Amino acid sequence: MIKLTCRAAGRVLCPGLRCFSGGEVTEHASGWIQSPHLTEQASLYVHWPYCLRRCSYCNFNKYIPKKNNDHIMTKCLQWETDTLLQLSQVSCITSVFFGGGTPSLTHPSTIAAILETLSKRMSLSDEAEITLEVNPTPAGMSKLDDFVRAGVNRFSIGVQDEDLKSLGRDHSSQEALKTIEEARRLCPGRVSVDIMFGRPKQTVESWEKELSELLRICDDHVSLYQLTLERGTQLFKQVQCGEVTVPAEDVTAEMYQCARKTLQQHGFLQYEVSNFARHNSVSHHNMSYWRGKQYIGVGPGAHGRFVPLGEGGVFREARTQTLEPDVWIREVQQRGHGTRRRIQLSRLELLQEVLVMGMRKTRGISHKHWELFSPEMGLCEIFGASMDVQQLVQSGQLILDDRGLCCSWDGLALLDSILPTLLVELERQILQKPHRDHSVFTDGQTKKTSNPQ
Amino acid sequence: MNHAPKDMEISVHQLMGELRLNHGLSPCLANHVSIFELHVCDTVDLSKFPVDRIRNFCIIAHIDHGKSTLADRLLEITGAIAKTEKNKQVLDKLQVERERGITVKAQTASLFYSHQGEQHLLNLIDTPGHVDFSYEVSRSISACQGVLLIIDANQGIQAQTVANFYLAFEAQLTIIPVVNKIDLKNADPERVESQIEKVFDIPREECIRLNLEQTLRRFSKRLWRGFHRKQLNTEDPFKALVFDSNFDHYRGVVANIAVFGGRVRKGDKIVSAHLGKTYEVNELGLLRPDEHPTQKLFAGQVGYIIAGMKDVKEAQIGDTLYLQEQPVEALPGFKPAKAMVFAGMYPMDQSEYPGLRSAIERLTLNDSSVTVQRDSSLALGAGWRLGFLGLLHMEVFNQRLEQEYNASVIVTAPTVPYKAVLSSAKLIKEHGSEEITIVNPAQFPERSVVSEYLEPMVLGTILAPDSYTGKIMSLCLNRRAVQKNMVYIDDQRVMMKYLFPLNEIVVDFYDLLKSLSSGYASFDYENAGYQAADLIKMDILLNGRPVEELTTVVHRQRAYSTGKAMCERLKDSIPRQMFEIAVQAAIGSKVIARETIKAYRKNVLAKCYGGDITRKMKLLKKQAEGKKKMRRIGNVEVPKDAFISVLKRKEK
Repeated sequence: MIKLTCRAAGRVLCPGLRCFSGGEVTEHASGWIQSPHLTEQASLYVHWPYCLRRCSYCNFNKYIPKKNNDHIMTKCLQWETDTLLQLSQVSCITSVFFGGGTPSLTHPSTIAAILETLSKRMSLSDEAEITLEVNPTPAGMSKLDDFVRAGVNRFSIGVQDEDLKSLGRDHSSQEALKTIEEARRLCPGRVSVDIMFGRPKQTVESWEKELSELLRICDDHVSLYQLTLERGTQLFKQVQCGEVTVPAEDVTAEMYQCARKTLQQHGFLQYEVSNFARHNSVSHHNMSYWRGKQYIGVGPGAHGRFVPLGEGGVFREARTQTLEPDVWIREVQQRGHGTRRRIQLSRLELLQEVLVMGMRKTRGISHKHWELFSPEMGLCEIFGASMDVQQLVQSGQLILDDRGLCCSWDGLALLDSILPTLLVELERQILQKPHRDHSVFTDGQTKKTSNPQ
Repeated sequence: MNHAPKDMEISVHQLMGELRLNHGLSPCLANHVSIFELHVCDTVDLSKFPVDRIRNFCIIAHIDHGKSTLADRLLEITGAIAKTEKNKQVLDKLQVERERGITVKAQTASLFYSHQGEQHLLNLIDTPGHVDFSYEVSRSISACQGVLLIIDANQGIQAQTVANFYLAFEAQLTIIPVVNKIDLKNADPERVESQIEKVFDIPREECIRLNLEQTLRRFSKRLWRGFHRKQLNTEDPFKALVFDSNFDHYRGVVANIAVFGGRVRKGDKIVSAHLGKTYEVNELGLLRPDEHPTQKLFAGQVGYIIAGMKDVKEAQIGDTLYLQEQPVEALPGFKPAKAMVFAGMYPMDQSEYPGLRSAIERLTLNDSSVTVQRDSSLALGAGWRLGFLGLLHMEVFNQRLEQEYNASVIVTAPTVPYKAVLSSAKLIKEHGSEEITIVNPAQFPERSVVSEYLEPMVLGTILAPDSYTGKIMSLCLNRRAVQKNMVYIDDQRVMMKYLFPLNEIVVDFYDLLKSLSSGYASFDYENAGYQAADLIKMDILLNGRPVEELTTVVHRQRAYSTGKAMCERLKDSIPRQMFEIAVQAAIGSKVIARETIKAYRKNVLAKCYGGDITRKMKLLKKQAEGKKKMRRIGNVEVPKDAFISVLKRKEK
């Protein structure tokens, strides 16, 4: 599933649980198959593909709608939610995230309708985290109240770069400010502000200034994203042909380190590469990705990871929904869902994902957590003997102790250099023990994969 | 210590004098024939060709001056081939030859014509145009009585024209200069003729201006008249020169020979003077240009012979063949092919090794001058070190490998064979000689056990408009070259001779020369022995650890620039790692150049949520796969690409 905001940044989530223990859980005996605990629950991501305009850096799956078909879109989102919930046989949805696109453009009734569909299948507790991505616009702001009434209990607000530079000093940044204030009033302690660094013309000094402005107005959660140049975006082209320059690698590295320090000084604990929270206001929805939990993706281009128990499946699948909204709508109308591609994850592939996602957390992966996925082979058994891993431990990038495996403060900034070493070791160890091979199969008429991001 | 040959200093004018003498000797056959009727005869009765009615000749020229085109037209006129648009460069059978407009393998065609009822035989031997193949050229030439030296009326004398002239001149052949392409715009035959007069000391009246369509007949007449015949006798013992060989999968080695005495027929037992091995003649015949079997070959004729040889090395170019029962003295001048430029060849992927091996085997079947030695590199895997006659030879080989065998290879930058004169008695005993040849830097002996190192030298000829003289001189100076001679061949063009270390021209010299002269300069070289040189072994270090496969032998003067360039290339091709990497070039313990690859300060994907995992995993798995293939130098991981970019020959 996809989550992403069209504007600058990310999203956040809050804790919540609402669950219902209902459905039947099929017992599977064979080898590495996940414990029932992992298949009982899932989080839900809902993708709203439309935006008002195209941002120069965004390569997400979003469309500028030609005509209003919110009504059909809503119906189809409901329908697909229902189909996939049934397929997954989960008894508990732990959190919901409405991302896009710009989901705050939708009518609050859409949100209400989807949550209603959900509640029909299982009871959804009041504490379950329901996050909505918001772009600060006057129209959006006035709707926040309605969104809360529809069931949303957490906002993730993307602040535009131009707003940040002159926060509170011009019209559009006034809106951003007001939106944040309104969101905080409605969901105190459950508002995330997302901002982006490494933008064209930005310097370490200007970034520090923006950051202190941000700290004045933000709630208890901040997501910082470094701007990444993505192929196919306008910004990519501009940088390629030299019209625009982005800060050099060393500069963005300094921006990152300086933000980490500043936020820590203000009581924000970093809990993931790009996410910071105080008063324990972490995003529960996102945490479940990093913990390798099941998730169901609904909407054009959404990704999911779950075991399709409903059709007798026993292995977790990586699932992708059809990318283009119109095609997706047609498929949902015909088949009840728009799943374009399903790939069964092998034991190794599942563990690779658990490792890659888990290491993004400052706490890394605990022994207990790893055991959930790999009861037969512990972290120490896999990584303890490797010279390369030892070297990372000795150089202070990696920590492997009685709590588990995690990056040091310095190591986290270099995670992508560390992961290949860990993956090589994981593969070597796992392949020594026989496991089932995975297979790829395609659903529906279309064979091509599409990846919405 | 000077190992250059003594004749290095011979001036052009001295040579000119000798040429004139030679010309004086040429008998004129003007009375013998007046009008030629060139045609093909359907029945070939070779016994009807007395020696005095046979002429062997070859055409030599600078690249693109029209050698192969002229050969084609001659074949057309004599009816040996059909006249069509497609029939271009008929003698250039290889794809690479046609593409590059060069001839790599010498080819042969026999042409008949009749005059006043008498059959005459003209044997055309098309020769490789480049000096890398000068040995083949010189052997082809020695099968001939005369040469046509073709010169483009627009471009005038070029470096190869000079080199080819000397080859023919030294073989004491009659040389007929032919000014070609006189119909082209900007053609200036007057000027070219005066260049010929000045450089080769051939009177301008002896030059033939060739306008292909109109004057070919006249030209043929001249051709006949100009070439004297060698004193050959069909009654002598059989004696033939091997001037080329090919490999045929069904019939084995096909040797091209020139018969200098006696006769040979099917079933005869013949002996190779070089190997002393005996063979039975299975098939023989003329080349017109395709094989045309006959019963016998006679003195004066040129043809092919198949005698059960299994390997081209059994039919070495320059070898002499004779009848088993009638041993003769071998023809002078035979020397086995000697590799002057070496390069490593490795498959892109080790799984392609067997395919590449068989491609190389097949290609060397036809080219006995390539030396093949198995080699392996920690970085590039198993491969070969191949030796070539020169740069063009190497390029042609690579191109044929790629085109004809569809093999993709990593070719390392070319190196040259250095020598060391050992001073330690123990080592001399070990090697069995005082002088050893070093092909691989790993074998480079320490200074302390060596009295001197030697490097191969070449005598280079450069022709260019005089406006580029300054630039060319500084380029040569920069390449440690010593000027030997400089002559104006007309009021604008200069011919310069330089003694170069071979190593200085093997990589990019020719490209630089071409670009700084806007393409007007031409260059050619010939081997000029060995000369003492201040050679040193240079190591490349990564964080202080030497990288074995990058060790290089360089001249002390070039150590810094070579080391710097290698460090820079490595810096650009080794990915940043979590720590700083020092890339150094060192001689012994002394570091002479350094580049630094800075450590990553941040390397982590900003966002990674549910929708990003698939893409992220793909990327990481690719990196993990790549990691397995990387070579570790200490804690530094070096991708194969980095080695390739440092070792590989630069793309043009």
